[in-house]
Amino acid sequence: MTDLANSPEAIDAPDELPEHRSLRSDVWRQFRRHRGAILGLVLLTIIFLAVFLGPILLPYDPFENNVPDRNLGPTWKHLMGTDNLGRDVFSRVLTGGRVSIAVGIAAMLFQVILGTTIGVLAGFFKRLDGPLMRLTDVFLSIPQLPLLLLVVVLFREPVTDRFGQNLGIFLLVVFIIGITNWMQTARIVRGDVLAIKEEEFVLAARSIGTSGLRIVTRHILPNVLSPVTVAASLGVASAIITESALSFLGLGFPADFPTWGRLLFDAKDLITSQPARVIWPGAMISACVLCVTFIGDGLRDALDPKLRSKG
Amino acid sequence: MLRYIMRRSMVAVPTLIVISFILFFILDLAPGDPTSNVPLTVPAEVRERMREAQGFNDPFLLQWLKWCRLMFINEPINLFESITSTCFGECEARDRIISWSSRSPALDTIYERLPQTLWVLGLGTLFGTLIAIPVGIISAYKQYSVFDNVGTFVTMLGFSLPVYFTGLLAIVVFSVKLDWFPSFYDTTHDVQLTSWSSIWIQIKQLIMPVTILTLFQASSLARFTRASALDNLNQEYVRTARSKGLSESKVINVHVMRNSLIPVVTLLALTIPGIIGGAILTETVFRINGIGQLLITSIRNGDVPMVQTITFFSAFLVVVFNLIADALYGLLDPRIRYD
Repeated sequence: MTDLANSPEAIDAPDELPEHRSLRSDVWRQFRRHRGAILGLVLLTIIFLAVFLGPILLPYDPFENNVPDRNLGPTWKHLMGTDNLGRDVFSRVLTGGRVSIAVGIAAMLFQVILGTTIGVLAGFFKRLDGPLMRLTDVFLSIPQLPLLLLVVVLFREPVTDRFGQNLGIFLLVVFIIGITNWMQTARIVRGDVLAIKEEEFVLAARSIGTSGLRIVTRHILPNVLSPVTVAASLGVASAIITESALSFLGLGFPADFPTWGRLLFDAKDLITSQPARVIWPGAMISACVLCVTFIGDGLRDALDPKLRSKG
Repeated sequence: MLRYIMRRSMVAVPTLIVISFILFFILDLAPGDPTSNVPLTVPAEVRERMREAQGFNDPFLLQWLKWCRLMFINEPINLFESITSTCFGECEARDRIISWSSRSPALDTIYERLPQTLWVLGLGTLFGTLIAIPVGIISAYKQYSVFDNVGTFVTMLGFSLPVYFTGLLAIVVFSVKLDWFPSFYDTTHDVQLTSWSSIWIQIKQLIMPVTILTLFQASSLARFTRASALDNLNQEYVRTARSKGLSESKVINVHVMRNSLIPVVTLLALTIPGIIGGAILTETVFRINGIGQLLITSIRNGDVPMVQTITFFSAFLVVVFNLIADALYGLLDPRIRYD
């Protein structure tokens, strides 16, 4: 109570000043309460490190055949055994994770940017609202997987001719997952923009002559950030699942290029003789998706001001 | 109510037309020769005549309009005729959408494959919904209880585990290790309703695929039902119902349940595209020769009309389910009808 004179509003406040709380620290405080989300974050970090550092540290080349050592069970030398060409399954699972995670993140970015743009346009400009929302409804009626399969098969050759085998498929898969998944984000963002547009701070900004673009970037986008974050985390999960589904059907990345779905596809015919080879990549996909879903759940709670004020 | 349903149907038809246009557009953009399956020994000018005869050289819009005529006019008439065994005009010579690989009408093959898909898909959706609604409501009513926590975890699992992994896992455990159920679905099995052993075989081969789809469907629905019931439990009308002395079961089953189901019905419609994808994967895992498997084989064979028809057909299913959901929505919530 020494610096009372310096803070006039603290005169009838209780003994000590409340500690300073920023939005970020509040969100983090609430997020930490969600045990599942923290567990998910830790596990996901471990998976990320393993996937991006593992193949560098491991002594085996995931692409190199070593036929004398084929179909080995798990040993200390080969933690998950070897496959029918003698390649170390552990290295292959880790290498495969790189692609799956990269596709997940790239497709998420694409769909979030597209969804947010369309949502903001529809919410902010009245004239665009009707047509854009009809478009969203049409896209919601298109069954994703059949369309995905169709596009991948039809455009595989021209795209791989232009960008090279692996990059071409990567771009194609990311593009098509993004283009069939932006609708939820667009709907949420549009709803929020419609509400925020009527707020007084937007009116204030407009009355001092702020341009439409500046209102959107300075005043509207920061306010829709939290629902977009949640949608983004769930988008990673669904993109990983979709990419693996595509590879699982044998229509994703080329045969010699491991991704989690591809490893599952290769292993499914050996299910009676080597069931463990199905379990490893499947467990990795599931663990990754489960972590991301839990993080999304935690973020949703943490970013909801109603829940946060209770804490 | 009738007017409301009519109004919703008016939206459904243009949606289908736009979807068919998008599908056509994608196929038109794609490079690829429809006569590439013709042997190389066939001379180029014959090849060109074949293209001409099948109308591949027509302008894009004309091809699309022709396809629309086949899909929206000829095929429904044909379906009506084969159901009622009647014949209007030249029913034998009427043009139909022909598959490139089987050279027979694409929709006939689809009708053959449809029952298998609908069995698995329908039972999975039905059981999923039947399980999800009580689980979601009880979880919300007893929030943070053991039941709620276990339920939340299981639904998270079901939501996150892809069907192609749970399916393979089920095969490893229940077919390979325990040998309880067959690992693939035998479509040639002819169910005799008079013989129990025949029905039992059918049930045994349906158990695994249906359970997998049920888990997948129940998880997302249960999560949503829980959230929606939680919203409703804190409303004033629940307090009013309690304070006027209604029994707790009546408050939950009549007041809360009915209001919580309104958004769930919409979600049910929104998950249908996902379930169709799930069915494709489930069919691949359990080797059920339904629509999904037909789609995969047609894609591998480059059978464009078949792929187009199946994709359009699944879009049609989605739109129909959306309409049903809209109708239910209007039925459950009178405010919607008069909007």
